[in-house]
Amino acid sequence: MFSSCADPKAIEGLTWLLCYLTSGKHLDFYASFGTVLALLAITAPTALAFGFFGAMAARSPMLPLRLLGQGYTGMVRGIPDIVFFLFFVIALDQGIEWMVHQVRCPDWTEPVRQGLEFRVCPEAKVPSSNAAQTWHSLYGFGLAVFTFALVFGAFAANVLTGAMAAVPRAQLETAESYGMTPRQVFRRIMVPQMWVYALPGLSNLWMILIKATPLLFLLGVKDIVYWARELGGSKTQAYEYPHPDWRLYYFLFLLCFYLLMTWGSERVLGRVSQRLSLGQATAAGEAQRKAAA
Amino acid sequence: MKNILLTTALLALTTGAAAAQTVRLGTEGAYPPFNFINDAGEVAGFERDVGDEICKRAALTCEWVTNEWDSIIPNLQSGNYDVIIAGMSITEERDKVIDFSQNYFPPAASVYVATDPAADVATGVVSAQVGTIQAGHVAESGATLLEFATPDETVAAVRNGEAVAVFADKDFLAPIVAESNGELMEVGEPVQLGGGVGLGLRESDTELKAKFDAAIQSMKDDGSLNALIEKHFGPETAKF
Repeated sequence: MFSSCADPKAIEGLTWLLCYLTSGKHLDFYASFGTVLALLAITAPTALAFGFFGAMAARSPMLPLRLLGQGYTGMVRGIPDIVFFLFFVIALDQGIEWMVHQVRCPDWTEPVRQGLEFRVCPEAKVPSSNAAQTWHSLYGFGLAVFTFALVFGAFAANVLTGAMAAVPRAQLETAESYGMTPRQVFRRIMVPQMWVYALPGLSNLWMILIKATPLLFLLGVKDIVYWARELGGSKTQAYEYPHPDWRLYYFLFLLCFYLLMTWGSERVLGRVSQRLSLGQATAAGEAQRKAAA
Repeated sequence: MKNILLTTALLALTTGAAAAQTVRLGTEGAYPPFNFINDAGEVAGFERDVGDEICKRAALTCEWVTNEWDSIIPNLQSGNYDVIIAGMSITEERDKVIDFSQNYFPPAASVYVATDPAADVATGVVSAQVGTIQAGHVAESGATLLEFATPDETVAAVRNGEAVAVFADKDFLAPIVAESNGELMEVGEPVQLGGGVGLGLRESDTELKAKFDAAIQSMKDDGSLNALIEKHFGPETAKF
């Protein structure tokens, strides 16, 4: 990065450290923090949407929809995360390629499964094997986001179902007596009021999601844990910056990062909780009312 | 604007099959000097040089990707990349599930490395990388096998006393021993394992295999392969 870093083996001390910390590999490491944050930023709302529709389906008066919603939450919640991440992603990837294969190569005669091999026609490869590595990484990241959203959506659905059930019946009845349709009652009364009941569960999920991001590594996405392990391992003279085993320092750095993330989240969620309790018929809302009076 | 972006993204993802097929080379990137991620964040090492040269001679466009060692064979089979070039020794067991090109690195010795010259490699705890021929050898030898996902961790286990010795390719361990200031040393007898290092391919990719075999043969014939081996492993390593 700097011109003084041209010959790393000739420099020492602080200059060496500065050059070391700005090597291409370290820049990749710093960029991977962006990957993790992007994953959180995309997954959290997607999971919430999955959860919202899951909860709506689970509470639906229509039996097939109800079974679908309950089946989704029940199944996904029951399967260990790690199994889900290992199995589901491969199945999803191969499922997508199989479908593209059916569309693009109807004349293909060879079987797609040959023993242990999964072989679709070259045109059906997603992403195409000619695509730049960036697209492969993006595709992998997309699969990861979808999987995370599916898993955390199931938990969110359960939390939201509970929150919807916790909205006082009297409130809904009042709305009905004003002549609102079930749809209006849901939109105007239930949804705005359920958040305060959902928040403790959802904030729990958010914390678990932050701590689950190292699972990205299992999905082949190069996240901060991958780079910390790669950079921290002892390096011989084959590398430009040889050093002994420094994994401890790298993992300590990650520890600080995760602590900072969860600490910051707790503060933000605390504020949100205060805000949502305002004027609610809950103990927290009552306490706020008394404090103001 | 959004639509244009989306369309180009989709195009980039799905088209381009008409152009020459890119061959994706899968490596581990954690096994110096065979393959490693250099400080610029790129794949480097002996196999980088060999792979680039083979692709040039076979007139193929190649792209490098990295993959964890323990899932490197399943991901080849599911088509994430087309070739394994990761210091993988040719063994009968692996040959049952994938195909190998002819070797581009001669059959080499594996050695035990320990901190104590009297380390008990016959019955003690010996570390090795998961899914390697060395791990298989340790499991059969009567010693207690301690497996790790990456080669680096197997050496770290010896340094911090978790294992009495590490068992791996001599060519991987030699530079580590040389640079340890006497902390690490070779113990016991070297063991000859495997039939050399070859490219791993899907069994159905016979055409690609033939191209690579021819390219490797031409590198063996004109001595350029030996020159690369000497460049990365020093003059004492076995050559063709």
